[in-house]
Amino acid sequence: MSRHLTLRTGTAGVAVASLLTLSACGGGADGASAWILTGGGWPAIEDDLERFGEEHEAEIDVEALENDAYKQQIRTAVGSGDAPTLIMSWTGGALLEYVEQERIVPLDGNTGDLENRVYDSVWQNGVVDDTVYAVPLNDVQPVVMYYNQEVLDEHGLSIPETWSDVETIIDTLDDVEDVDAFSLAGGSVWPAFMWLAYLTDRHGGEEAFQAVVEGEEGAWDHESIIWALETIQELGEDGFIGDYNAVDAGQNEDAQLLADGRAAFLLQGSWVYATINQDFPEFADSGNFGFTEFPVLEEGDGDPSNIVGNPANFWSVSSDASEDEQQVAFDYISEHLYNDETVDEMLDAGSLPPLNDIEDRIAGTEAEDFLGFADELVDNANHFQLSWDQAISPSEEQAFGDNLAGILQGNITPQEFVDSMNAQ
Amino acid sequence: MTTTASQDRKVRGQADGKRRQGPTFLMALPAVLFFGLFALVPLVGVFAISFMEWNILGSPSWVALDNWDTVINDRPFTWRALSLTLIFVVGSYLFQAPIALLLGVFMAGEQRYRAFLSVLYFLPLLFSSVAVGLTFQSLLSPYYGISAALPFDWLPSDWLSNSDIVMYVMIFVVGWCFVPFHALLYQAGVRQIPTDMYEAATIDGAGRMRKFFSITLPQLRYTIITSSTLMLVGSLTYFDLIFVLTGGQPQNAVRILPLDMYITGFSANNLGHASVIAVILVTIGLTMSLLLNKFSGSSKMESDKAGA
Repeated sequence: MSRHLTLRTGTAGVAVASLLTLSACGGGADGASAWILTGGGWPAIEDDLERFGEEHEAEIDVEALENDAYKQQIRTAVGSGDAPTLIMSWTGGALLEYVEQERIVPLDGNTGDLENRVYDSVWQNGVVDDTVYAVPLNDVQPVVMYYNQEVLDEHGLSIPETWSDVETIIDTLDDVEDVDAFSLAGGSVWPAFMWLAYLTDRHGGEEAFQAVVEGEEGAWDHESIIWALETIQELGEDGFIGDYNAVDAGQNEDAQLLADGRAAFLLQGSWVYATINQDFPEFADSGNFGFTEFPVLEEGDGDPSNIVGNPANFWSVSSDASEDEQQVAFDYISEHLYNDETVDEMLDAGSLPPLNDIEDRIAGTEAEDFLGFADELVDNANHFQLSWDQAISPSEEQAFGDNLAGILQGNITPQEFVDSMNAQ
Repeated sequence: MTTTASQDRKVRGQADGKRRQGPTFLMALPAVLFFGLFALVPLVGVFAISFMEWNILGSPSWVALDNWDTVINDRPFTWRALSLTLIFVVGSYLFQAPIALLLGVFMAGEQRYRAFLSVLYFLPLLFSSVAVGLTFQSLLSPYYGISAALPFDWLPSDWLSNSDIVMYVMIFVVGWCFVPFHALLYQAGVRQIPTDMYEAATIDGAGRMRKFFSITLPQLRYTIITSSTLMLVGSLTYFDLIFVLTGGQPQNAVRILPLDMYITGFSANNLGHASVIAVILVTIGLTMSLLLNKFSGSSKMESDKAGA
């Protein structure tokens, strides 16, 4: 074998080896570790973890990852026993799997008085078989409809309360060049999950998707899901912004399109409120930045108070961590989580911690309007649907994203979508 | 043929192996260990996992040939990924090779501004692929990229979301990153060509074009083989920029085998299927290298140097 053949074999081998070279960034030698996300309200969590290190002898080593990268890396890290001490999840299918594989430890007795402080509806997400496996760590994240008042004024539009209002808005903006009704980061696909979830819920109520979560045979083939997919494809024709499939949420382009007045509305998670304030302060301070709830579907069976989103992100403690590391994590959860200073920082950023006494603390904060709106939304909700991609089993997540991308790009039909998902 | 002459070449064949009186095997030990640890061991591991079902979190279970059967017979996408890979490899080669050759020849010249331009051409090689990816992502954005900045209506705005053009965009961006490296190889190759050949040709009345085709190109043939092999095998296993820029979307139009392997393994959490794809990839890569080596005659490479 000549030398450069050896070298090439090596190159191919190294590429393939990436399948096996598992991330080793997880458990540091001493002190606990935690991985968090970037953007949104996460800087407050990073500051909080740092303050914990300053106030205690133990340090928590923090690493911030981008959303998609986190999802792929955490699974590999957990699977290989190299997980950070504190494992963040959205609960749902991933949490169930962690529990099943005994990758995380029960937190009973190590959560201080958190259980009494946190909204029960949120707390229950971290409970599996009557045992606490995960505790909320940040804010309630309902998905809301943001708007640009300047665009609405310019074209004589008002905030849509019903789906026919939405259709009127789309018709009006159809003739306007360079302005569309809804900004959508279709290139990232997941923002479209929110549309699918809301439309299905408004059309058929929460039961439609519940059947999918419970793994009922053929559950995807539901008239409400098909109607929602059809509606998304119709919106793709003239409701969503022209090149929505090229818009990337990782770079906040969808929010930028709203801020620049290229779109009148944006359906996104509550974390985008913080993003817009940080990245597009001119728009945020202009008085044109508004938010409202998802419109009512007149003939739909769904409860119009239902909302979609993430109850919060949750901490679990890795069973692969050493006892010392676990103890640090327990101390952090029971003594430090949601301390006054951090709650204030969250509130200032427009993040709403799911705490029972939070209503009294909203008044007077910088983001008072938004927090009040979000609090009422969550309080009044008959059902809070966890984001679909998190609720389904992790093994279905990739197919779900691929199929919805197919819907957005118009190369599969709604029926093909449900057939493909039923086959998973 | 002498050892000295062949050492001048970047490419060395087997023929001189017998006569080599070089340093002992011991000196190669670190490299061999490194190669074994980071290439051979994972390779064997991947081969083993290709017979198992494993979702990363659970423990792997033996399923014999099930994964192979599924990936090859029941998964139409495998064949689509293969043909996309072929288009990407051939496209990248056709784009990179001529530009790299011409740039390399130019950079080896005597012009006064040459050094300055060479530094500029060389820059893409120094950037990390993720940085390049994010930069191009912004450049190619329909609302905030070049299409919005330039007043040309005929310019497409959906560079990364139009499944008809995204493959060519990828070939261009990846080429942009790798042309400098190959140009460097050619520059070194051209510098090795004895000037007396050109002087003789000038006396015989050969023009610039004639010299390029009759002296430069034939003298560069081993460099061409090296560079071609690296280009072909490199694009066969290429991953990072395509992943950063598209993740395989739209419509999986650029989900070439390495990307397909990653997505199957780490997004769909099916390491068994991903390992089958990985083994297929290694097999194709090795076969291609072996064939290139055989048919290019690098095993009997000789020096063309005057006096060698």
